[in-house]
Amino acid sequence: MKNLRFLVPLAIFIGMVGFLFKGLYLDPREVPSPLIDKPAPAFSLQILDKPDTTFKRDDMLGKVWLLNVFASWCVACREEHPLLVEFSRMKMLPIYGLNYKDERMAGLKWLGTFGNPYEASLYDHDGRVGIDYGVYGVPESFLIDAKGVIRYKQIGPFTPEAIQTKLIPLVQQLKKEAGNG
Amino acid sequence: MVNSMVRWLVLVCASLVVSLAYANEAAPASADPVLEARMLSITAELRCLVCQNQTIADSHAELAVDLRQQVREMLQKGQTDKQIMDYMTARYGDFVLYRPPFKSTTMLLWVGPGVMLVAGLVMLVLILRRRSRMPQDRFDPEEPEGVDDPYARPSERTLS
Repeated sequence: MKNLRFLVPLAIFIGMVGFLFKGLYLDPREVPSPLIDKPAPAFSLQILDKPDTTFKRDDMLGKVWLLNVFASWCVACREEHPLLVEFSRMKMLPIYGLNYKDERMAGLKWLGTFGNPYEASLYDHDGRVGIDYGVYGVPESFLIDAKGVIRYKQIGPFTPEAIQTKLIPLVQQLKKEAGNG
Repeated sequence: MVNSMVRWLVLVCASLVVSLAYANEAAPASADPVLEARMLSITAELRCLVCQNQTIADSHAELAVDLRQQVREMLQKGQTDKQIMDYMTARYGDFVLYRPPFKSTTMLLWVGPGVMLVAGLVMLVLILRRRSRMPQDRFDPEEPEGVDDPYARPSERTLS
């Protein structure tokens, strides 16, 4: 047994390598949101293309919906956008856009160029609603259930895998919950 | 010659304009220095989520600028430091705090270094005590017992 003592530093080393290796695949930008399973913060915002119409969080009570934060200046949004346009064609749930810290004209032009997957876009010019939702990197998406509770947050662009393996099953589950309740 | 003078003048004017523009941007949004100091002391405790190794007080990211403004407004409304910290953690989680609260998930973070230090000290004491109990000649390099000492140089082995 005593002769095996030289293995102790090796074991410690392997343990450290294990931790560091795991760390390679963790994304420090993905900060778990404290808003999951909390009521979605209330807001009342102008609609992007209809400045005299306001849209409130409570307008969506009773529906499962997706709030996607986007901006015309956001490069990763361009990557994500075609996926959202495609997903919106499935008509699984209403998708609303939150046009975050953007100019109205720039936002509208962007939607004109890249397609509009949203039922409506909400104009968050000063980013206050973004702060309430803890937005720190656009794009972000919030899946909100019929009771107005945030159930899932996608940080950064959706990938085809994230839509298939996370979003769609969860939407189906939440719709079932809404149907039963 | 005249041409180069004109060019030089234009350059000076341009740089003046630029520096003026920056000076405007850097001016604090609140004229009250006490409030500004409190705002800075609070935001120095908060992590900017866009550039994670900077505090909100230090960062030039747009979100940090907005959050500093938010803190200013909350202070103007007379809210306490704790209310502001709660506001931030409600939105961004404990991760925004450079000094996270002590709970079960952060236990390792807080206790870990102390545990490691104590473990190291205990090991050190144990090793030193064992050594002090060893006969003095164990530490004598001339001791000709190198035969079963794998670290002895070959020359020493042959001496025995």
